[in-house]
Amino acid sequence: MPNRNNNDIKLSCRNVWKIYGGSPTKYFDKKKLFINSDTLNVVKKLRDDGAIPAAVDVSFDVHEGEIFVIMGLSGSGKSTMVRCLSRLVEPSHGEILLGGEDLLKKSKSELIDIRRHKMGMVFQSFGLLPHLTVAENISFPLRLQGLSNKEKREKTSRVIELVGLEGRENSFPRQLSGGQQQRIGIARSLAVEPELWFLDEPFSALDPLIRRQMQDEFLRIQSSLKKSIVFITHDFLEALRIADRMMIMRDGMVVQIGTPAELIANPVDDYVAEFTRDVPLMRVLFAKDVMDDNIEVEENMQGVQSCDSVEDILAQLSKNTKGVVVFDDGKAIGVVTPKSVVCALSRNAEKVTTELPPNEVV
Amino acid sequence: MSLEIDNEVISKQYKPFISSILWFSILALTLVFIALRGKAPWLIDFPEEWVLPIVLVLNSFMDRIVEFSGEFFRGMSAALEIPMSAIRSLLSWLPWSVSFFILVSISFAASGWKLAVFTAVGVSYILGVGLWIETMNSLALVAVSVPLAVLIGFLIGTAGFLYPRAERAINLTLDALQTIPAFAYLLPILLLFGFGVVVGLIAGVLYAFPPMVRNTLLGLRRVPEEVIESGLMSGATEMQLFFKVRVPSAARQILLGVNQATLAAFSMVVIASIIGGSSDIGWEVLSEMRKARFGESLVAGIVIALMAMIMDRITAGFANRKPADDNFADKPFLIRHNYLLITVLGAVIIYIVSLMYPALQSWPKAFVFDLSGPLNDAIDYVIIEYANWIVLIKKWAFFYLMLPIKMGLEQVISPYSWGFQFTMPLKLAYGATALILVILAWLRGRQSSSVMIGLLTIILFFGLTRMPWPAILLVMTFLSWQLSGPKLALTVLAGLAYLLLSGIWPEALLSVYLCGIGVALSFAIGCSLGILASEFNAISRFLRPINDTLQTIPLFVLLIPFVMIFKIGEFTALLAIMAYAIVPATRYSEHGLRNVSHEAIEAAECMGCTRWQLLMRVKIPMALPEMMLGLNQTIMFGISMLVIAALVGTSGLGQMVYIGLGDGDFGVGMSAGVGMAVIAIIADRMTTAWSKKYEENIGGKIN
Repeated sequence: MPNRNNNDIKLSCRNVWKIYGGSPTKYFDKKKLFINSDTLNVVKKLRDDGAIPAAVDVSFDVHEGEIFVIMGLSGSGKSTMVRCLSRLVEPSHGEILLGGEDLLKKSKSELIDIRRHKMGMVFQSFGLLPHLTVAENISFPLRLQGLSNKEKREKTSRVIELVGLEGRENSFPRQLSGGQQQRIGIARSLAVEPELWFLDEPFSALDPLIRRQMQDEFLRIQSSLKKSIVFITHDFLEALRIADRMMIMRDGMVVQIGTPAELIANPVDDYVAEFTRDVPLMRVLFAKDVMDDNIEVEENMQGVQSCDSVEDILAQLSKNTKGVVVFDDGKAIGVVTPKSVVCALSRNAEKVTTELPPNEVV
Repeated sequence: MSLEIDNEVISKQYKPFISSILWFSILALTLVFIALRGKAPWLIDFPEEWVLPIVLVLNSFMDRIVEFSGEFFRGMSAALEIPMSAIRSLLSWLPWSVSFFILVSISFAASGWKLAVFTAVGVSYILGVGLWIETMNSLALVAVSVPLAVLIGFLIGTAGFLYPRAERAINLTLDALQTIPAFAYLLPILLLFGFGVVVGLIAGVLYAFPPMVRNTLLGLRRVPEEVIESGLMSGATEMQLFFKVRVPSAARQILLGVNQATLAAFSMVVIASIIGGSSDIGWEVLSEMRKARFGESLVAGIVIALMAMIMDRITAGFANRKPADDNFADKPFLIRHNYLLITVLGAVIIYIVSLMYPALQSWPKAFVFDLSGPLNDAIDYVIIEYANWIVLIKKWAFFYLMLPIKMGLEQVISPYSWGFQFTMPLKLAYGATALILVILAWLRGRQSSSVMIGLLTIILFFGLTRMPWPAILLVMTFLSWQLSGPKLALTVLAGLAYLLLSGIWPEALLSVYLCGIGVALSFAIGCSLGILASEFNAISRFLRPINDTLQTIPLFVLLIPFVMIFKIGEFTALLAIMAYAIVPATRYSEHGLRNVSHEAIEAAECMGCTRWQLLMRVKIPMALPEMMLGLNQTIMFGISMLVIAALVGTSGLGQMVYIGLGDGDFGVGMSAGVGMAVIAIIADRMTTAWSKKYEENIGGKIN
């Protein structure tokens, strides 16, 4: 998303470390970092000590209303990271700023309060309470807050409607399919109207078709709610589909942060490039990514939206070989021509094929 | 670097060789000990001067406790007497028709009409044979001890969950409570609390709370991490997290704990009636059995079995109950609580009706049927008709199986028993055959079988109870070292040292002998049944209810049929042990075989395995760790039956525990009880170590 400034940062993660085992206090306490050498050396030293660094010096910002995706394979530290953000896992070092205040300095009861009102989380295997009905599961966080029955009912029925679970209120979770169960999880996490929404691989346990459907559903919900979201996934395509910006993690370290288009156009190393290899570029690149802003807009040109995918504008482009105008918020920001499309696609293709082989030999 | 690796390879290659050299030296040493036994009898019989006065110490320790805190315990006893007698009189006062109705409707609520019918039939039987009051008295004991055990168990389980440091201590205590035979701690209870029904109550609580603790711990710990996290993210405080997330999520496991606690309490209540009993159902069985009135005893025994089954099904039913249907919570209060309402209303109505018809108050005498007469006749008929067979089976088992292992072929073979003299040439031939077998096995590369054959032929020749104790120490210690390492070896050595130094070595060997045969046979038969059950669904369906029943009914009911036919003696005890110990062997092997990963089976089928090859080469090797767990349980079951079997005349630790109880000699009873626990623990640790080692060898858990 263009035109970000620092004022709308919702959540900010500053140099967060999480180390399992060993004696991390040797390297840092809560305030100070006793490290002089560079991170890679520290990680090596930690490993030699028998410690497992699950998050290494992770820093990123999540903006207001943004979907921030953390993508990584298993063991990359992405689940640890999202748990650090809510302090389900206590970070070993660093700062987590929520609205400018450090979450790590909050007391237990303050933290409970923050979780009750500002955060919601969705889990991979749903994390539902088997003994409660759908409605009771969803209203569980409200019940913990001690709200009145009327308030509970109102808020619950609102989110039940939002996720489309009307009519199943009094079923038990095990009577529903996986997709339906995750709807309960989503509804529960939204019941308290959180500002921050964490989703830890929410669709990974679902069938591919259902997954796709749930992603659409998720995007629909987000378009009306505009939450600040941290979304964890191991699926690169899923990340591309839903992310405003994404972060790739590997071995606890941040590999690259950027918009999907940036990552595809400029993968920072082979690891990222490897992910982009099989990506259907025409589907993940948008009009704004392939336009040429040096071409003058002509009177009779047809228009497309900045977030239309390349695939979608091809038909129009074939009829208008001079190019089509790209509009963003009703403003013309550039022109897509057949040449600019070919250039964008071939540049990417070139990058992937020419840079990989010599590195793979090493 | 490469040199080190080479060394490792070499040591791996020669390790079996070195270890079998060591094994054969131990066997040779054993033979030397046996050869020297004439000159040094202390090699066989542990010298009495070396025995520590453990019995005396235990006795004076108990005297002290009784002296100093007797008041306290007697006070507690009096306090417990109040709710106890209240419930007792309530249950005897209630007209049978009301109790009948309540039991049946609880059964219906727990699991449906099938159980309700079962309960109705069972209760009718109890009424029909005229043992209603006795049954109600036992039920009263259960009704008080189970809630107490559940409460205590839940609290301790929770403490163990919250404070991992306490957990270790809790586990050790539970192990002790569950492995020391119940009889052994009946005595201290008796000494502390005095005679009376309270003894049964407290013994019931003590015996019943460990499974509750274990299940509570297990349930709380098994709550999925994500459920906990979702609770935390919902903003739960610690209290809310515990009571609203953890406990409800663990509810099923906790209810299973209640189920096990109920059965444990009931079986203990039945046993406790041996000492504190007065007109309850356990006493009925036992006193009739002592008078050799087996028919009467069996009639009462069936009552116990029925009660146990009904209680088991009801509690298990509640544990497994699924919430009714969709939109259940929407229905009005009256419908949601219909079971409760109908039960209460029905009970009140039946009570009022029963005021008018006395036949509904107490079961009319005219409807009591004496089943014991025909039963006795039937038993007599069987015994007389099949007398030859019975004698033959007994004789065979004695001369060809039990006695050789107990005393050795050396002493058993005689013209009277085997029909010929065990002359020197025959003995030499025996030795030569053994040697050839050992060498053959060795040459085929089966070192451990070779050692095993050597050991078994020595034991069979000289008899287990005539083995020199230093040799047994050596064998056991070395074996446990090989299985797991120095820690286990030390544990085993310490356990054996206790058995020697407390002067119960001969009894311990007798127990090991009887239990060993029982376990070996049970395991062999059980595994075969398990294999059959895993291959044929029909057999599985047939065996399951039998296993359930054998496992549910209190142990000493199992004795009755065997005593009736084979009279008292070691053979009867053996059969009773087997009847009980076959169950886990069957269960575990079936379960293990059925859970072998489908991929492995499919892969094997694709390679063209026949059904037989599939079983022998894929399923059994892969299920072996679980089958070993079954062996472990078989041993535990066998040992726990050993004490009960002492009632029909065995001569081992079980008998000692029983004698201690009879004479009020705490030291004797307790030292023997601890001895049994020691044997159980050694067997447990060694089988566990074996199965762990096997699992590591085949590369971790496959399933």
